[in-house]
Amino acid sequence: MTLTAIIFAGILTYFTRMTMIALISRDMLGDKIKAVLEYVPSAVFPAIIFPGIFINDFGTFIEMNDPKIFGALVAVIVGYFSKNIIATISAGLVSYWFLIFVVFN
Amino acid sequence: MLTKKQLFTRGMLDISPHMLSVIPFGIICGAIGVELGFDPYLVYAMSFIIFGGASQIVFLQLLSGGASSLVAVASVGIINSRHLLYGAVLSEYLEKLSFIKKLLISYVVVDQGFAESNKFFKKNRNEEFLHYHLIGTGCTMWVCWQIATLSGIILGSFVPEELGLKFAIPLTFIAIVVQDLKKLNHVIVMITCGLSSLLFFDAPFKSYIIISPIIALFVAALLLRLKK
Repeated sequence: MTLTAIIFAGILTYFTRMTMIALISRDMLGDKIKAVLEYVPSAVFPAIIFPGIFINDFGTFIEMNDPKIFGALVAVIVGYFSKNIIATISAGLVSYWFLIFVVFN
Repeated sequence: MLTKKQLFTRGMLDISPHMLSVIPFGIICGAIGVELGFDPYLVYAMSFIIFGGASQIVFLQLLSGGASSLVAVASVGIINSRHLLYGAVLSEYLEKLSFIKKLLISYVVVDQGFAESNKFFKKNRNEEFLHYHLIGTGCTMWVCWQIATLSGIILGSFVPEELGLKFAIPLTFIAIVVQDLKKLNHVIVMITCGLSSLLFFDAPFKSYIIISPIIALFVAALLLRLKK
């Protein structure tokens, strides 16, 4: 029963991955659409970033003094200047841990 | 010209820093599935059949919360519909591939792999075997995801919950988009998407994850029109 649902979910997910790659050809996308598609990373990833920071596990907004906001700001600054993925993630995590384990403890 | 092997390796290297967040998240995903009372084999089957990070957790949480299978399947479909946008972007670079190769390569397209390969593609348009970079990012992600979820399933949540490692996921995506903060248009598009995602967070079937990119792309189209 659950397995059937998983298989359907898998097929559906595979179709979301495959459809555009397999069916679109160069002529179908005009220059204007291509120019808009340049923005796909900027238009998609904040929908993962913002809720990951501002909404907690219970689906409600966090307080404005939540350590995650600080951690995210540190990650943005470190990421901007270092251009390094590991430095960005570590800086965000470490500053977040510093607040929850040292400052707010 | 880079060889296939060089491109594949480059893809592996480009995505590997993201494993810092992907592996803990995979362990958490596996452990949550078992904690929610699902058969460990089914929890693992999802990593193989769906292979889609957060959508796997949502699927199990919905089912264990009493939602119907239809709702759970629909939610996975909607959460993962963002891949349609990735596919549209990638199609340009993968056009020369045979239909079969396109079908195979599609299975390993994931967020971080798309992001890193797309950056590489933009700078190296003329490489003949570009798709090997995407295979490199995708396969690295696939192998790590299988190992991580499997260890979460077998060992339980040995990553201490107090560490709040789920927070590494937004951080990994910050690392992906942060350099685009240099461009005003991109900043506007990002803020539009981010605010929309908070505004529509409670929309049914987790649809905020596709509603907000669509709104943001409309704003991008408007900005491009204004520029002319």
